[in-house]
Amino acid sequence: MDDDSLIDDGPPPGPDQRAERTLGALVCVVVGLVLAMFVFVFHEAWPSFAHNGLHWFGTGGSVDNQIDAIYTSGDNAARAIYTFHAWPLIWSTILITGGAAIVAFVCSLFVAVFIVEFAPDWLRAALQPVVRLLAMVPSVVYGLLGVVVLVPFINNDLISEHAKASVTPIITLDGYSLLAAVVILALMISPLMIAIFVNGLRAVPRGWLEGSLALGVNPWRTMWKVGVRTARPALIAGTVIATARGLGEAVMLEMISGSVGFAPNPADGLVFIYEPSRPLAAAIIANIDQLTSPPMRHTLYAMGAVLLFSAALLSFAGWAAKQPLIRYGLVS
Amino acid sequence: MEFVTPPPVRRLTGAEGDIGRLNGSGNGNGSGHRNGNGNGNGSGNGNGDGHRAPAFVSARRPVAPATIAIDRMQVEDLSVDYARKRAVNSVSLPIRQGEVLALIGPSGCGKTTLLRSLNRLTELTKTASSEGQITLDGVDIATIEPTALRRRVTMVFQQPNPFPMSVFDNVAYVLREQASRRPKKRVLQGDVEEALARAGLLDEVRDDLDHAALRLSGGQQQRLCIARALAAHPEVLLLDEPCSALDPQSTKVIEELIVKLRKDVAIVIVTHNLQQAFRVADYVAFMYLGEMVEYASAAHLFSAPREQRTKDYVSGAFG
Amino acid sequence: MSTTRAFAAASPPPAAGQRNESSASWRLIDRIGLAFAWFLGLLFCAVTAAMVLYLFVQGIKYLRPSMLVTNPKAGFNESHTGGFFDPLLDTVVISIMSMGLAIPIGIAIAVWLSEFGRPSALARVVESTIEMLAGTPSILLALFGTLLFEAPWLGFLSRTSGGVVFGRSFFAAAAMLALLALPLVVASVREGLQAIPSHVREASYAVGKTKSTTTRRVLLPAARPSVLTGSMLGLGRVIADTAIILLLLGNTLTNDGSGSIPILSMLRGTGSTLTSYIFYNAPTGDGDQPGKAYAAAFVLLLIVLALNVGVDLVGRRGKDLRWSS
Repeated sequence: MDDDSLIDDGPPPGPDQRAERTLGALVCVVVGLVLAMFVFVFHEAWPSFAHNGLHWFGTGGSVDNQIDAIYTSGDNAARAIYTFHAWPLIWSTILITGGAAIVAFVCSLFVAVFIVEFAPDWLRAALQPVVRLLAMVPSVVYGLLGVVVLVPFINNDLISEHAKASVTPIITLDGYSLLAAVVILALMISPLMIAIFVNGLRAVPRGWLEGSLALGVNPWRTMWKVGVRTARPALIAGTVIATARGLGEAVMLEMISGSVGFAPNPADGLVFIYEPSRPLAAAIIANIDQLTSPPMRHTLYAMGAVLLFSAALLSFAGWAAKQPLIRYGLVS
Repeated sequence: MEFVTPPPVRRLTGAEGDIGRLNGSGNGNGSGHRNGNGNGNGSGNGNGDGHRAPAFVSARRPVAPATIAIDRMQVEDLSVDYARKRAVNSVSLPIRQGEVLALIGPSGCGKTTLLRSLNRLTELTKTASSEGQITLDGVDIATIEPTALRRRVTMVFQQPNPFPMSVFDNVAYVLREQASRRPKKRVLQGDVEEALARAGLLDEVRDDLDHAALRLSGGQQQRLCIARALAAHPEVLLLDEPCSALDPQSTKVIEELIVKLRKDVAIVIVTHNLQQAFRVADYVAFMYLGEMVEYASAAHLFSAPREQRTKDYVSGAFG
Repeated sequence: MSTTRAFAAASPPPAAGQRNESSASWRLIDRIGLAFAWFLGLLFCAVTAAMVLYLFVQGIKYLRPSMLVTNPKAGFNESHTGGFFDPLLDTVVISIMSMGLAIPIGIAIAVWLSEFGRPSALARVVESTIEMLAGTPSILLALFGTLLFEAPWLGFLSRTSGGVVFGRSFFAAAAMLALLALPLVVASVREGLQAIPSHVREASYAVGKTKSTTTRRVLLPAARPSVLTGSMLGLGRVIADTAIILLLLGNTLTNDGSGSIPILSMLRGTGSTLTSYIFYNAPTGDGDQPGKAYAAAFVLLLIVLALNVGVDLVGRRGKDLRWSS
């Protein structure tokens, strides 16, 4: 009777073989499904890209008008219009996702350090369920709260009449804005970042922290210079995951960011944070009733394809950011 | 910063058993180990009740005795409790620059706790409390801010713990974080090299100071930790079994280092290796079950200890 | 050998490069940083408390017990538009359906990754795929779902009229929601399985049990807390999702079945859940009845809170059962 668990010389006998085959098949089906998703989405998106070329990503005309034109032209297959220049949507996505990621990163890092080290016991015990609860609140509830609380607040208390007048010819400021979107999105993705950061910080070897303290460096600096530095892989992972979640957030942003395909203009000065816009995911949700019209369908899938590609790019960026860290022993 | 439990202390099991065998024994019976009086040979080292010094004592001490001794710290009646369990009981001893003080004793005797009290590292454990007084240059250390205290009284741990940075950054870490303005790299270069030289590591890493610290060998890492501690120009250097995780060659290098450093820095070393204590220490304090049983110069403690328990420990009756 | 002692009266020679003492050990920027951390920690708690309180207050104000059992109706003002029974029911139904898919498949994948995992290239592909799935936005899964379920050969899963497959049904939504929850289940179960030390498996193999029996009888029961945690996290994600519901459940406020077989007709038909109901009734939605939205949000929040407490309890109990490894 020999134990062949160490020698890998063939499939295991009998029921194990069947089990392995079945599970393996199931696993392949799921993988195939996910790969199919990539293929199908890009395939369905292709006509929109084909008609527009690289101008798909450029500016030119009002996005809202273009969307209307695309939709109505769907009745007649021969005269379908595909013209689409999505830059305002892309710019809005970049601003909102990027802004929220930065705000969330800073806040989450400080809160994570606080939870791991500096919070008194009662506050630490309070913060853990708070973070978990924030993570589980549905995005539509965040949207609802934003609409009924934050947007009127911004509209009535933050935006001055002067500010509104200064941009009246171009756009109306009514509280549905970049600021509201960034604040709520940052709030939404912070819990995820905090959880991952806290795990990363707790995994820092105690010897390093004690060693730093024993050298006469105060606990705050020790936590940042040694703890945070060591936990950099976790910081990267958390940022990538949370930003990807922010990228794909559709419903809440559709409610809060504004309903116009407008590209907020930093040249307007501080007022630009009050300008409405519409990121890609929100644009898709806003137009789901129009999926019946073929050219509209292709355009919407094209937006989805851009989102998918961005999420994949983000993942790759995270992987690339971890590479230099392997050198100094922070193998992730 | 606080941890709930006292830090884990790793004990090597093999070495302690060796001590018993080193007793220069002419007596073939087991009972001879238990009390010095049963020893058959009236040993020629001047101890009236027949204590036979361990064999390593007869080897001549390889280093010259200390020539200066400046009082640095004074421990007065110190007692430390971990959650009502007394770890150190009413200990008093002086710590002087120019001398190496070794704390010896079996596992759990409180020597590491005593060491950690010297730079208030015991405060990291929530359940710790202490009584008595420790003074540094005449000032009660309880009145000095802990972080400031630890710059003057630094510690090297049992397990080498270099940070995940380059060699240069490890040594410069202390200099950067303690300065009020972040110094430029050029300025630091000299100080870093000086610290590495004092730790005996400079020659080995001179060519590549950007080498990742975690890629060094164990002995080199420990010397790096010593260099790091020295970069702060401390007044007292605490060493918690610095060689127990290292090979004999590295141990030898570090022991020589310790003896060389004692002129500039007061050194306290905790060790369970009696030969090491004999090799490096000028004064030795033997602790047992939290109490300081005996404090004497190394020569006296090993060859002619006053207390029975000291005799038993030093001759290997228990470990 | 003699030593000379100098007492502390002679002040110690200054070490080379003496620097300033305790004032420098906590620099101003360190203190500001700590204050900022305190501020943020308290702010998070305050914001969460405010959110929950607001929803509670508004919810209690607008929630009537009748809403839980009446269906939405068309009407002009809030007192005429009924309740949200169907959305509530559909939330439950869709959760059961999607977790009913996600949990077994998730366990299967986790078991394969942890216990089998050959060839290793395939294992890496599977791991990457699950990670990619975790990062995929739900709107993309929704878009993919429409493509998939509008295919003719899947027409039996939804309504077909005039040769065109509608593609919106409970089946469609549940399938895509299962994909959404899958990575959470897989990650948690896998972690639970890997935490079991190998001597447990070896003990079972040593008495002649096969891998599949060992997994079923020994490992999975031991990993039960992880299975529960993963399931609850997945369920949380499913309940909270709106995009897939909007695209794939057809967005009719009441259930609109298709076909004549009783339960199957509902599942092939369209409906809505609490999340899409809230979306519809928010001031930005078509219905614009904020009172109803608050009431539904309140109920949804209670469900989420209960789930949260559940995860906490399971996690705490799981901690008591540890292997000595």
